[in-house]
Amino acid sequence: MASDVKPRVKVPKTASAGDTITIKTLISHKMESGQRKDSDGNPIPRSIINRFTADFNGQNVIDVKLEPAISTNPYFQFEAIVPESGEFTFTWYDDDGSVYDMKKKIEVS
Amino acid sequence: MNLKKWVAITGMAGLAGAAVAQDSNTLSVEGEEMVTETAAPAHMENVDTIYSGWRFRSAETQALQTDDFDNPAFIFVEKGEDLWNMADGSEGKSCASCHENVEDFAGLRTQLPRVDDGELVSMENLVNECRVDRMGAEPWKWSGVEMTSMTALIGLQSRGMPMDVAVDGDAAPFWERGKELYYTRVGQLDMACSNCHEGNYGEMIRADHLSQGQSNGFPTYRLKNAKLNSIHGRFKGCMRNIRATPYAEGSIEFRALELYLASRGQGLSVETPSVRN
Repeated sequence: MASDVKPRVKVPKTASAGDTITIKTLISHKMESGQRKDSDGNPIPRSIINRFTADFNGQNVIDVKLEPAISTNPYFQFEAIVPESGEFTFTWYDDDGSVYDMKKKIEVS
Repeated sequence: MNLKKWVAITGMAGLAGAAVAQDSNTLSVEGEEMVTETAAPAHMENVDTIYSGWRFRSAETQALQTDDFDNPAFIFVEKGEDLWNMADGSEGKSCASCHENVEDFAGLRTQLPRVDDGELVSMENLVNECRVDRMGAEPWKWSGVEMTSMTALIGLQSRGMPMDVAVDGDAAPFWERGKELYYTRVGQLDMACSNCHEGNYGEMIRADHLSQGQSNGFPTYRLKNAKLNSIHGRFKGCMRNIRATPYAEGSIEFRALELYLASRGQGLSVETPSVRN
């Protein structure tokens, strides 16, 4: 597991049915591109988050493929329509096989 | 006159004329109003109004600081929280072992640097004093990620409070030294801090907008290097830009300059951790 990886998510706690809500997500990650060399001239191996997904009550909302040119600490902001109360699941997939996830509940009235 | 030269000259004159001063935006962070403009303290002879560096940045950069989720510095603040609770050194203590709540440090950032027992100390000195004397741990590097994360966490507790450093009594000789450094021309370009940050703030320096060089937002997250930058690290950058040999981080020169700069920002809100380009 890469060091210092910490996912963060900001989802409103409540919303009205059919509302469009704004979701902000951020994961701290070095996003090493694989193109750089260390001080001895050896290539630094690639280590990035390569995929990010968000699901609401089991239904996929967004599925993103990340490439090495994306800089450190990738941030995604997107909108979603919430028809009912439920739970968002956010998942980040690391090159080294680690999977980081986070869940957030939302009350819809 | 050859036409090309003439075009180049008017081009430059046009740029200089179009240089804008600070904007008139108001900063509110997580709903809390910040003072980004106030009357200059009496000791500043050449400036009437002081402005936070936030007022000189682009709208996009400014927006990043208004919401703590959008502010990338909070990655480091959270790292600071982890370090706060992490035991280190021969005594097996963490910061939290002695200082229960980091909230108790509200107000500390506004008063630093200050004189303790005849010595001028910055927040970094206080942190390392605790680490060495009380925890039996290795001191952190002045501008390392651990130190800047911790100073950002502690500084954050004073966010919104006005800068209020002591410049009289024991601090007076250090303040005088800082003032002398501020106005002394150094380096191959033979420039003093004042040449840019007092005489020409609001103008462009190449592609960048010169601010008054206020210190109320440090440690500050800079988009150019995607990390927190200490005040002394910024001083080094400035000195390199004027092709001078920088003083060492943590040196008495930089601490004295830090005190003098803080006194030029008396009354501005602490914005730690701020976002700049």
